[in-house]
Amino acid sequence: MTTETVQRQQEVTYLEAISQALDEEMTRDERVFLMGEDIGAYGGAFKITEGFLQKYGEWRVLDTPLAESGFVGAAIGAALMGLRPVVEMQFADFISCAFDQITEVAAKNHYRWGAAVPMVIRAPFGGGVHGGPFHSECPEGWFFHSPGLKIVAPSTPYDAKGLLKAAIRDPNPVLYFEHKFLYRRIKAVLPSEDYIVPIGKADVKRAGNDISVITYSAMVHLALEAAQVLAKEDIDMEVVDLRTLIPLDKETIYGSVRKTSKAILLHEDNKTGGIGAEIAALLAEECFDYLDGPILRIAPPDTPVPFSTPLEEYFHPKTSDIVSAARKLAAY
Amino acid sequence: MYTSYGMEAIAIGYASALERDDVIAPFHRDMGAFLIRGFTPGEILAQYLGKRTGPSKGKDGNVHMGDLNRGVISFVSHLADNLPVATGIALAFKIRGERRVTFTGTGDGGTSRGDFHEAMNFAAVRKLPVVFFCNNNQYAYSTPQRLQMAIHDVADRAKAYGMPGEIVDGNDVAAVYLASTRAIARARAGEGPTFLEFKTMRMHGHSEHDPAKYVPRELLEEWKKKDPILKAEQLLNQLGYGADAYFHEIGERVKKEVEAGLEFAEQSPLPEGPEVLEGVFAEEAGSY
Ligand SMILES: Cc1ncc(C[n+]2csc(CCOP(=O)(O)OP(=O)(O)O)c2C)c(N)n1
Repeated sequence: MTTETVQRQQEVTYLEAISQALDEEMTRDERVFLMGEDIGAYGGAFKITEGFLQKYGEWRVLDTPLAESGFVGAAIGAALMGLRPVVEMQFADFISCAFDQITEVAAKNHYRWGAAVPMVIRAPFGGGVHGGPFHSECPEGWFFHSPGLKIVAPSTPYDAKGLLKAAIRDPNPVLYFEHKFLYRRIKAVLPSEDYIVPIGKADVKRAGNDISVITYSAMVHLALEAAQVLAKEDIDMEVVDLRTLIPLDKETIYGSVRKTSKAILLHEDNKTGGIGAEIAALLAEECFDYLDGPILRIAPPDTPVPFSTPLEEYFHPKTSDIVSAARKLAAY
Repeated sequence: MYTSYGMEAIAIGYASALERDDVIAPFHRDMGAFLIRGFTPGEILAQYLGKRTGPSKGKDGNVHMGDLNRGVISFVSHLADNLPVATGIALAFKIRGERRVTFTGTGDGGTSRGDFHEAMNFAAVRKLPVVFFCNNNQYAYSTPQRLQMAIHDVADRAKAYGMPGEIVDGNDVAAVYLASTRAIARARAGEGPTFLEFKTMRMHGHSEHDPAKYVPRELLEEWKKKDPILKAEQLLNQLGYGADAYFHEIGERVKKEVEAGLEFAEQSPLPEGPEVLEGVFAEEAGSY
């Protein structure tokens, strides 16, 4: 066997990376347990927890009634006592049913009375999978505005595994947004030893000198594609993958924009009041003297995510959107 | 400020029935539960005055106090939000194989919220060691029970979840204590949750600013005769545990304690403005 075939055998998908992180953390720490709809015998809607019930038993792989507010609240209670619940939303869209528990109870507990809530909510989000208005949402913006929560959204199998482990070990409520489109589409060879990706650290996925694209999750791959197109036109684009949305890695964002003097903010969440808007404001406040052009945002229009293919294609940001924005900026 | 005039027997009764390492997620009229768990008048008044010496260090006010070391979960204004949380605490006990119990509840109004139902259902499905109560004081702010629900007894709600629902005289501290003791024993034995409806009456306004003109006078007159403190004194008297002089002496002692507490609270420092920034995130999490 050549080294190459060995490596290929070890490649894991983004989905498998998430599954590995859960499995390894449950083995490492008996306080870690899972809750969610259909995660036991069925292994979850996306099969992330396939085989977990047999391995860990029904009190660590807990099928819940269909009641997101109730089981998120229960996870908060278990976390207060010192367990480490990891809750699965069947789809991120349904997190709205638990909005109150997340923003009023989990987010505020430590601030109000010093009670830590070490829990993780995994939320399969994002479109491009013809899920329609209720199975494609990117709800991170709602929580971005709620102090007390940490929010992560990995783009690669390596980050997916490392960030989930970090989230489980964090003493705070962490929302972990995993992208459905990436589940089985991207693969990577992961280190065999235990590792984490620290929460709060962005990653420059492609270094460049001319324009910074600041983005996260599935859009990172779109930005990398655009960077290849632009490279042929001598436009050297830097791709900053935020990885963590709260707390934002401002240092890396500012460092990149101070170097390139131009910024594009790209996300799959709606444009108005999105994370791009916040970063644009930060750049205006902190990097104004370095800017050589307008701060541009690329994001879907302010509509629900549509179902039909041409509608969804129109809705989603495309590589060509990034390429034209970059060309426009390059002219400054 | 939410008071418990006319409802004092409830928190005193149930909190007395619990063991020290059981956990309470009290309701906003349950001051008695805090006192039984060792919250001092000084701490409590400091909390109400927004002082740094209060349990929330000025971050929260009112009855929103908690301390995991004393097994008390801080109240969340959003009614019934702590019921799923209490269920999760019971879940932790079950997962860890501990024989501890959680006690929680809400008002008649609070039982309309989804979280009440989601918590009751989940707890019943998993037979979790939790006891739920409703302090049915007949009004939710100004809304009478008949506009809150189409049933006469809140206890009927328990049937839908396959758990026992018991109606209890909420103005009789002994009845509250005994019913709580039975429900706690059942939970501890692994037989699952119980729902207790404590029938009572809110004798003051919703909050102290509210003259509660919407409550018929006759209703208040009727319930005045059932005052839980009077009732408790009569009972103790009958059983030979105390005469009027003894109750008077207790009253004097409490008055002194409260006065000393008020002095402590008034003299305590307020937090400094920049302390607002502290504590959004935890650096570590403990085990309780
Ligand atoms: C979800 C929610 N909605 C509204 C309020 C405002 N509010 C505070 S107490 C209250 C009435 C509560 O009635 P009930 O549950 O019967 O308890 P009681 O105060 O009568 O003991 C209302 C409407 C609230 N705290 N939470």
